Amino acid sequence: MADVPAIEVRELTRRFGRFTAVDAVTFEIRRGEIFGFLGANGAGKTTAIRMLTGLLQPTSGDARVDGLDVYTQSDAIKRRIGYMSQRFSLYADLTTRENIAFYAGIYGLGRSDIAKRSRDVIETLELTEVADRRIADLPLGWKQKLAFSVALLHEPSIVFLDEPTGGVDPIARRQFWEHIYGAADRGVTVFVTTHYMDEAEYCDRISIMVNGRIAALGTPTELKARFATDSVDELFVRLARGRP
Amino acid sequence: MRRKADASRGAFFGFVRKEFRHILRDRRTLVVLFGMPVLMMGLFGYAIRNELENVRIGVAGATGDEVARRIIQRMDASSLFEVVEEVTGSDGIEDGFRHGRFNAAVIFEPGFAGALQRPGPAHVQVITDASNPNTASTVQAYVEAVLRGSGMEPALFQMRYNPELKSAYLFVPGVMAVILMLVSALMTSITITREREMGSMEVLLVSPLHPTQIIIGKVVPYLALSMINVATILLLAAFAFEVPIRGSLTLLVGEAFLFTLCALSLGILISSRSSSLQTSTMIALAGLLMPTVLLSGFIFPIASMPAPLQMLSHVVPAKWFLIIVRSIMIRGVGLELIWRETIIIAGMTLLFIGVSVRSFKLRLE
Repeated sequence: MADVPAIEVRELTRRFGRFTAVDAVTFEIRRGEIFGFLGANGAGKTTAIRMLTGLLQPTSGDARVDGLDVYTQSDAIKRRIGYMSQRFSLYADLTTRENIAFYAGIYGLGRSDIAKRSRDVIETLELTEVADRRIADLPLGWKQKLAFSVALLHEPSIVFLDEPTGGVDPIARRQFWEHIYGAADRGVTVFVTTHYMDEAEYCDRISIMVNGRIAALGTPTELKARFATDSVDELFVRLARGRP
Repeated sequence: MRRKADASRGAFFGFVRKEFRHILRDRRTLVVLFGMPVLMMGLFGYAIRNELENVRIGVAGATGDEVARRIIQRMDASSLFEVVEEVTGSDGIEDGFRHGRFNAAVIFEPGFAGALQRPGPAHVQVITDASNPNTASTVQAYVEAVLRGSGMEPALFQMRYNPELKSAYLFVPGVMAVILMLVSALMTSITITREREMGSMEVLLVSPLHPTQIIIGKVVPYLALSMINVATILLLAAFAFEVPIRGSLTLLVGEAFLFTLCALSLGILISSRSSSLQTSTMIALAGLLMPTVLLSGFIFPIASMPAPLQMLSHVVPAKWFLIIVRSIMIRGVGLELIWRETIIIAGMTLLFIGVSVRSFKLRLE
């Protein structure tokens, strides 16, 4: 499987009536890569992610996730991917342990696996003392790290992170990214969207979406050189305004 | 394959367990859910109401007598009454009541006119369907007035089904309908919409759980809660208000189960159509609870509503449920006389499920 790209997208298009949300997008993501998927609100990011995670059927084009076809194998895809949404997805009225057990359970893990992995997560994140308290009492930064670990519980080969670090301070964000690097080191492919351009610099490669198309794709260093800008931030603003 | 099925079943039970936790941890809602039936039963138990209905009367006995004819005409001329049929024999009376063809019967004793000529009483028997006690007492009072106007003492009165004219016979079915609507439709639509608003629905949809499993998992706990409420209401009815259950208890619980399914499917439908918690709560309250209270015949008799409202009442599931519950509990009839109402509720349920599945698919398109 190692030679199959984690994600392979060719001419992927999605129209809603007369509006084309994603317009013939093509890209490929290697295994173990951290891929930053950038774009202004309404540029088509969410639609693209929904197609790759099997929530939305494409209008045309091809896409394979972990070698599986999004048209016909979306059930199998769902078992191989992890997902963490921009909106906080753990249940505030359940405890840390219960949240972990719940998400492990819906991915079909057995009782002993659930017990073992939940112990691992709680130890790694140093949550032992609060493991039986309701999530509502945890600081947001911790909740996000927990949500990320929960998305990895079933050992997916690809994890989709949709603006995972919204609303926390730079230190918590930096810590969060250490977890992302950790996952990538273990061979997990990370597909991440963000509005923080400093985070874009942490990615192996980034793409910038404008009006449903990919306006730029490459490593942050490459792109800065190609567009003669000092930062991804500047590059993003220029592309998003439609003046490359 | 076996392992996959097991894993899927485990995932589903895990989901249901999570739903129960949500419900059990929300103390305030829990108090409302379980306190509501008791509170409503108490409130209505001490409320006094007297509405009129278009009363249908069956006449029997010596109806050919001249005096009897006059009395019948006078009753029929009143805007309140309608003499619908002449019945022969006590079987005919029984049958008319059970089928609801009339809700009062006036029976003249044989040789009625002759008896009037002689000293001593001439007997008229009045039988009323007191499963609606207000109607029953109105009918009685009115017939009495007519008879007195004809220069007679009424002799025998008999209230059918509800001899003590307890209003509990009237409100118990209504409270049941309202509670089941509240718990099932309102709570289901709230819990599904909340999941979507929080963003966790997305995560669930990306997971291997099938959307059907998610919906059923959401609904199962409320089905259980509703059945507990049905038990509470029936126990209170039987022991605090001494309302008997004359028909089959199994049938009654079965019908309550069906009505709960109908309410749950309405809840799912509402949540599939509304995007925010506020909207779905408003729709559930204004679009479901109000009609259930006002248009089902619970508080205001349908027969005394203007025609457009009467038409509207046909689409209120609670209306049919009330007919069913009153028939089973108070008149003691079996499925053979309420199968039409049962089919209507079952049909509505299927329709709601069908429409929500459709709009769910549209959403994913």
